[in-house]
Amino acid sequence: MNREDIIKPENLVYRRTPVLTENIMHYCPGCGHGTAHRLVAEVIEEMGIQEKTIGIAPVGCSVLAYNYFEVDMQEAAHGRAPALATAVKRLKPDFFVFSYQGDGDLAAIGTGETIHACNRGENITMIFINNGIYGMTGGQMAPTTLEDMKTSTSPYGREVQSMGNPLKITELLAQLPGTCYVTRQAVYTPALVRKCKRAIRQAFENQKENKGVSFVEIVSNCNSGWKMTPTASNQWLEDNMLPFYPLGDIKVSK
Amino acid sequence: MAKGAIVIDIERCKGCGVCIPACPNKVIALAKKVNKKGYNYLEVQNDNCIGCANCAIVCPDGVITVYRAK
Ligand SMILES: Cc1ncc(C[n+]2csc(CCOP(=O)(O)OP(=O)(O)O)c2C)c(N)n1
Ligand code: SF4
Ligand code: SF4
Ligand code: SF4
Repeated sequence: MNREDIIKPENLVYRRTPVLTENIMHYCPGCGHGTAHRLVAEVIEEMGIQEKTIGIAPVGCSVLAYNYFEVDMQEAAHGRAPALATAVKRLKPDFFVFSYQGDGDLAAIGTGETIHACNRGENITMIFINNGIYGMTGGQMAPTTLEDMKTSTSPYGREVQSMGNPLKITELLAQLPGTCYVTRQAVYTPALVRKCKRAIRQAFENQKENKGVSFVEIVSNCNSGWKMTPTASNQWLEDNMLPFYPLGDIKVSK
Repeated sequence: MAKGAIVIDIERCKGCGVCIPACPNKVIALAKKVNKKGYNYLEVQNDNCIGCANCAIVCPDGVITVYRAK
């Protein structure tokens, strides 16, 4: 069969979702932020909720997320996405509300907002991109930075004695009564992408039942901050991030 | 015989290469030429595509459209 006979509308199996805008994303080549955006957009498309979804963008590399989602978006001050998501959801309870944040945003400057939104059990979906570093500002150490990991502010590696332990914020949030679904995923292989999408779908479906916070961590790469090629960063993620941040569901409430 | 085919949006591609190890049949590789942004974009190098969409779903930039004959 030749190419022309295969490339026909009836044979289409995959195309870029129209819930993403046509804009070319500003992310570095190979950055997991792009894949994470796409999965959220595909879930919104599949659930048919594009007109009923409001997203909250963070400060960090994904500060311009509102340029990429073809849904209503609101920009939050640094770390305050869960507070803003709380307000939006309470004012518009029939809408699906999601926040999208990096680890510096969610687990450093915004720790208070994160913990209290999860403890109150706001009926929202939180997407958390953990790349173990402050990507946007030049690769500084984050609370999530691994022990011995080199960053621009820990050039000899994170030394726990003076710089503290890496924070498993996701496990911590799973302890709170207000979270109904807490899971850790990744997006660097096809199988993991499929799994992650099912998790995001679950996290949005839960909003229909008013169950509380659904929290999806995505362990992701920051090839620029880690100073590696994209494929090497994905391998590094598997070898170093995943042993400390193991994938899978942490809490699933009935 | 080929059952699948992909269409690559060359100007959207950033040449990151994360899709390449995802392909079960070694169909795709980076071109020697570059696109307008200066990236070595993705190209198809043989007819072995089965239309599995693995490449498309790991691409952070939504570059690849996939077709598969029934
Ligand atoms: C109030 C305030 N403090 C500090 C900053 C600087 N700043 C911008 S982004 C960022 C951290 C981003 O890291 P992360 O949330 O991990 O996202 P990533 O860029 O890695 O996706 C910081 C500290 C700011 N913009 N505003
Ligand atoms: S700096 Fe890191 S997190 Fe930011 S776009 Fe580049 S690779 Fe992604
Ligand atoms: S659709 Fe599958 S077989 Fe075809 S190029 Fe992509 S990964 Fe390879
Ligand atoms: S098609 Fe996508 S994943 Fe493949 S090299 Fe281009 S941007 Fe990277």
